[in-house]
Amino acid sequence: MSLAADALKNFEKITPKNIPLVEPLSKGHRGCQGCGEVLALRMVAKAVGSSMIAVSATGCMEIITSPYPQTAWEVPWIHVAFENTAAVASGIEAGRKALIRKGRMADDGAKVVAYAGDGATADIGMQALSGALERGHDFTYICLDNEAYMNTGIQRSSSTPWGAGTTTSPAGKKSKGQMTWKKNMAAIAAAHNIPYVATASPAFHLDLMNKVKKAITEAITVPGPAYVHIFSPCPTGWRCAPEDSLETARLVVNTRVFPLYEVIDGRYVLSRDVKKPKPVEDYLNIHRRFRHLKPEDIAVIQKRVGQDWDRLMALVKATNPEASAE
Amino acid sequence: MADEGLVPWRQLALGMAMPEAGSSKRFNTGDWRGKRYPVTDREKCIKCGLCWIVCPDMAYLPDEQAEGFYKWDSYYCKGCGICIAECPKQAIEWREEKEEDKYGPACGS
Amino acid sequence: MARRVGLEVSLACAEAAKLANVDVIAAYPITPQTHIVEHLAELVADGHLDAEFVPVESEHSAMSACVGSSAAGARTFTSSSSQGLALMHEILFIASAMRLPIVMAVANRALSGPLNIWNDHSDIMAERDIGWVQTFAENGQEVLDLTLHAFKVAEDARVCLPVIVNMDGFLLTHVIEPLLMPDQAEVDAYLPAFAPQQRLDISKPISMGMVGMPEVYTEAKKATLEALLGSYEVVKEHWAGMAEQFGRSYKPIETYRAEDAEVLFVTMGSLGETCMTAIDEMREQGLKVGSVRIRLWRPFPVEDFLAAIKGAGGLIVIDRALSPGVPAGPVATELMGLLYAKGLKVPVHNFVAGLGGRDVTREDFKKMLQKAKDAFAAGGEMTCEMVGVKE
Repeated sequence: MSLAADALKNFEKITPKNIPLVEPLSKGHRGCQGCGEVLALRMVAKAVGSSMIAVSATGCMEIITSPYPQTAWEVPWIHVAFENTAAVASGIEAGRKALIRKGRMADDGAKVVAYAGDGATADIGMQALSGALERGHDFTYICLDNEAYMNTGIQRSSSTPWGAGTTTSPAGKKSKGQMTWKKNMAAIAAAHNIPYVATASPAFHLDLMNKVKKAITEAITVPGPAYVHIFSPCPTGWRCAPEDSLETARLVVNTRVFPLYEVIDGRYVLSRDVKKPKPVEDYLNIHRRFRHLKPEDIAVIQKRVGQDWDRLMALVKATNPEASAE
Repeated sequence: MADEGLVPWRQLALGMAMPEAGSSKRFNTGDWRGKRYPVTDREKCIKCGLCWIVCPDMAYLPDEQAEGFYKWDSYYCKGCGICIAECPKQAIEWREEKEEDKYGPACGS
Repeated sequence: MARRVGLEVSLACAEAAKLANVDVIAAYPITPQTHIVEHLAELVADGHLDAEFVPVESEHSAMSACVGSSAAGARTFTSSSSQGLALMHEILFIASAMRLPIVMAVANRALSGPLNIWNDHSDIMAERDIGWVQTFAENGQEVLDLTLHAFKVAEDARVCLPVIVNMDGFLLTHVIEPLLMPDQAEVDAYLPAFAPQQRLDISKPISMGMVGMPEVYTEAKKATLEALLGSYEVVKEHWAGMAEQFGRSYKPIETYRAEDAEVLFVTMGSLGETCMTAIDEMREQGLKVGSVRIRLWRPFPVEDFLAAIKGAGGLIVIDRALSPGVPAGPVATELMGLLYAKGLKVPVHNFVAGLGGRDVTREDFKKMLQKAKDAFAAGGEMTCEMVGVKE
């Protein structure tokens, strides 16, 4: 079975020449200077286009795009609460399915796209997300991961990386900041055996938009959800310069800290083989959230990054037996 | 601005929904900019459009008067500088902005 | 034509949702609500009901999915109880604020702890302020009728609010009762297809659930409050329509032998039936006693209630939930506030009875009456007493 792969066979890629002009997410939103999250969301919205029903979790992207009466949404948009985005999306999908089947609504081809931050995905919304992925609703879930609760003032989440200082994982005499390793949400999504999972970074905008477009294409053609995990720089929370937003989103990939890949019908595909990775300190040095780390701490991170990369390579190899036989 | 005043409760749409799409376009986020703004040197510009795609605030638009170029929109640019950092030809530079210049004619639609 | 059937009340509730031709059911199992959703799942599985049954992973997600489904323009039903209702708590307020006409059957049950699956009203009394229209059923026929009525009220353009139909867990949900089951044509005549006032539609994009800054939050709350208060007339209108269509009439407040009663019991839900039997027995002993039953709980039918208690020398309010730390149970507290506001000095005696499935018998009513009469005669202050506590 390779349903998603089949659906994506004739996939028409977004290239520098045909980047969609449409902006379903409008100007005038209140994102911070240099917000990498709203930039990623803008790219997502462009890739999906105007026939999107957007479902938002509570969080930065919700508050900056919807202080009444100013909505930054050109498409139907709904926000209900923090932890239930995937459940709300399930309901919208189910409602539309029933209405279309019962002939009470024409199939307008609308795509249900839920988006949430890392806290709303990996922490408080994990159960609702797991439920929706398991039930197989036709929708796309976008996690915009800025690695902490930024909206409430930079508190740690389970997606905060080891060593990062946040307001609830501060570095101190007895602490190096966050003392746990970042939860691997893409792997958790993939463990639900859904048709399409991908990771993306706004520094690689074509890759990001194509993955979202694939997720949408797949969700329409193949029954089942898609999950895209997007690294979303937060200059305010990470304490870096706003103009470095995309540089950090590039370095996180080029240091192998955040590898870009897809999981199509369970098959791991590397999007960017970082053959000569830069040392992790190149990435860590940009943010003041890592400033307290000592060389030995950075060595710990470097080691872990290597292990994670090796594990990912092993997954690529294991799920592509024909490729390794060549 | 009318938007910032109180709305009588009877005038709210059902469930405080907003029936107007993209009403944030009236919000002048250019107001947030500090003392500088980005200026593109069109001699150096290779019309790659990266400034347009990497702007979180949609402050660059295809220039209808000059094909291939992108024009900067003072009404929305918050002055983050991503366009300057990302321009592959270093064609965009900071220029000092006086407070009185910032409140020129609004070009927000 | 309606058929006379003997049916478990849970199934009657599910059949009502089926007759309403619901589009989406999103539910999570919890005793004693399970038979309702099991029957709906069966109806969908057998093709008797064309709907999406979303077997969510929690009640929080059940209500969230209902919000999504209703916002998409689908007629939406769910059911819950006790801990499940409590888990929905957060989203219940949002459903009414977003003016989504979801219908929910609540099989009333005690709240933990200790864990207890049996009937009382502690679950729903914790949800008094959610902004939903709420009714309480006394028997199986009422469960069926109130469920149909709930859709009619919820979807009325003048209301656009979610509705809860309360039914006592086990005491009602698990009892087989004789009832009149209307046919589809009758229900269709009463309840036309859902025509949403607004929905998530790509051809007409709206934003739902925006941030309400201090500049608008108060107005948003006022608008929802007015909708709830305004639903009172609509509730009555659709009960009148029900009488016309099905020949059964309902009122916000029901009375029993109240006209010349010196003392009135005030009850909600299935306890009303035991109360009426007890009243008949007490009347035979020459005691001038009657009862008032609250069917419409939200919006509270103030004038109907005042008319119903007119002339009574005292009220015995039976609460089936505690309100720890205040002098009375939740219903009595509200009613006393109402009486005070209206300048009425009707003595009130409050009993908290039937907690966590403890039976309330006819004998209990007789004892309550005696105690209350003694208290009224002594002219003492209002008291609140837990019935049947083993010392």
